[in-house]
Amino acid sequence: MSSPAPRLLPCGDSALAVEFGDSIDPELNRRVLALDALLAAEPIAGVSESVPTYRSLLVHYDPGVIRHADLGAKLLALAARRDAPARKGRRWRVPVVYGGDYGIDLEAVAERAGLAPAEVVARHTGVDYRVYMLGFLPGYTYLGGLDPSIATPRRHDPRLETPAGTIGIGGIQTGIQCLAAPSGWNLLGCTPMRTYHPKREPIFLIEPGDQVGFYAIEASRWEALDRAAEAGEPVAEMTEA
Amino acid sequence: MSQRPSLLAVDTVGPATSVQDAGRLGAQRYGLTTSGAMDRTSLAAANALAGQPSGAAAIEVGPLAAAFTVRRGSARVSLAGADRVAKLSGRAVWLNETVRIAAGETLQLSPARSGVFSYLGVEGGIAGKPVFGSLSVSARAGLGSPYPRPLRPGDLLDVGAAVDTAAERRVKLPSPGRGPIRVVLGPQEDALTPEAVSLFLDTEWRISPKSDRMGYRLEGPKLAHANGFNIVSDGTVPGSIQIPGNGQPLALLADRGTTGGYPKVATIITADLPRFSQTQAGGRVRFAAIGIEEAQDEAIRFAAMLARMTERVEGLVKSVVAGEMAPRAPSIS
Repeated sequence: MSSPAPRLLPCGDSALAVEFGDSIDPELNRRVLALDALLAAEPIAGVSESVPTYRSLLVHYDPGVIRHADLGAKLLALAARRDAPARKGRRWRVPVVYGGDYGIDLEAVAERAGLAPAEVVARHTGVDYRVYMLGFLPGYTYLGGLDPSIATPRRHDPRLETPAGTIGIGGIQTGIQCLAAPSGWNLLGCTPMRTYHPKREPIFLIEPGDQVGFYAIEASRWEALDRAAEAGEPVAEMTEA
Repeated sequence: MSQRPSLLAVDTVGPATSVQDAGRLGAQRYGLTTSGAMDRTSLAAANALAGQPSGAAAIEVGPLAAAFTVRRGSARVSLAGADRVAKLSGRAVWLNETVRIAAGETLQLSPARSGVFSYLGVEGGIAGKPVFGSLSVSARAGLGSPYPRPLRPGDLLDVGAAVDTAAERRVKLPSPGRGPIRVVLGPQEDALTPEAVSLFLDTEWRISPKSDRMGYRLEGPKLAHANGFNIVSDGTVPGSIQIPGNGQPLALLADRGTTGGYPKVATIITADLPRFSQTQAGGRVRFAAIGIEEAQDEAIRFAAMLARMTERVEGLVKSVVAGEMAPRAPSIS
């Protein structure tokens, strides 16, 4: 089955986006990550960095080494290939304290969905999510695959500060917000896991294309796990398929 | 820093002052933004004067007054960027020149008269531990060295010791240019109505006081979206001009988020980012669209200008008064 050719969009004089579509769709995201993997395996001189997102690959480059038209042609040729290196399937199991002070919107999400809070937690922990991208803030992990019955629109009044480690729902997306930040998402819970920790090696744990599943833990376990995470433990389990 | 470092103390400082270099590359795929100097031309000028590589770390001084004292050793510093009055023990210090600060002396910077950011380059550099190759402060990410946050009074920085035999130097900068800030349209200009794209280019925008290193908000007529203001998030670059739901443009700058969910009508060209970033709150800007080829020619010229900044540096002849420079008119940024 052939897919439509991606579009090349200039992002100023030193970056271009290879856009595969404009929706949240696992197949589209797979094509983004396949191009990203091919570019990593067969580097193009002048390309400094690439940023995969839901639907496009942003490629930063030096126009003194390669110009827009030449780079665009090379990227389109790579995007047309079907031999991208297979990526390791990695699955993370992420502990979450749901509800209460850890997730102040759990009740409201449950009420809106016509479910008991425990059932929202069951549905949120019941599936594996695809990591579509990391962006906005360091370690902010955007996940797709949310049970539609608990999808919840973003708040009309975004909160000016939400805590580090927040697990939230924004529309049909869910995600891990590693740092304290403003947010319009609905806060379900909190994880002690640091997807970003500048004093740990590696600084980042989760990659685009990984799978993430959540499991509920008691609030009584928070302090010990939070301390371990701050000391550099991953806290979440990772398995490679 | 081969010899014992000198110690530079922060006495007074406004809120927007931090150590910045050419920025942090390589981790945008994890959501870690580049940060780095808002005005790369002035950073390169300060560094060329101080004998440092063009993208080395300097102190980016915000628009308010600041003062620094050398507590130990001596330091040769350079000042570039925003136009402001600077004094060292009562003597005038000129923009785009070096000056040696002896132990106990205080460099006083008045608020910026025009422009926003000044750069204090240091001979021998600023000591710190790079993360992803950079000392740049990114406050939200908790990164930056020696302090992972903007500078505060009482902060101490290990800096290179002045090379005592070195003559003072000055740099002659090219004119920053006038006229509209040049942009390349896209990547999502089609998310606005054609009338809104024309209005964007025809309007004289005012820079909002609610602007910072993350981005400058622009005030003017409301720009209309063709089909709603949400897009599925994609990547951003320095200079991306987002149009959020309120129809008022937001130009993303050094501390921007790496991805965003609003359409981007255009991107400021690299060569014009310094001039845009140096426009004060309340200042007015216009935009003009140019083609990608012309923008890339400009980017190549801009990179060459930064790389050859040291060729613009010349030594100063000391005046008969020992240790003092002959008076001269301050250069205008």
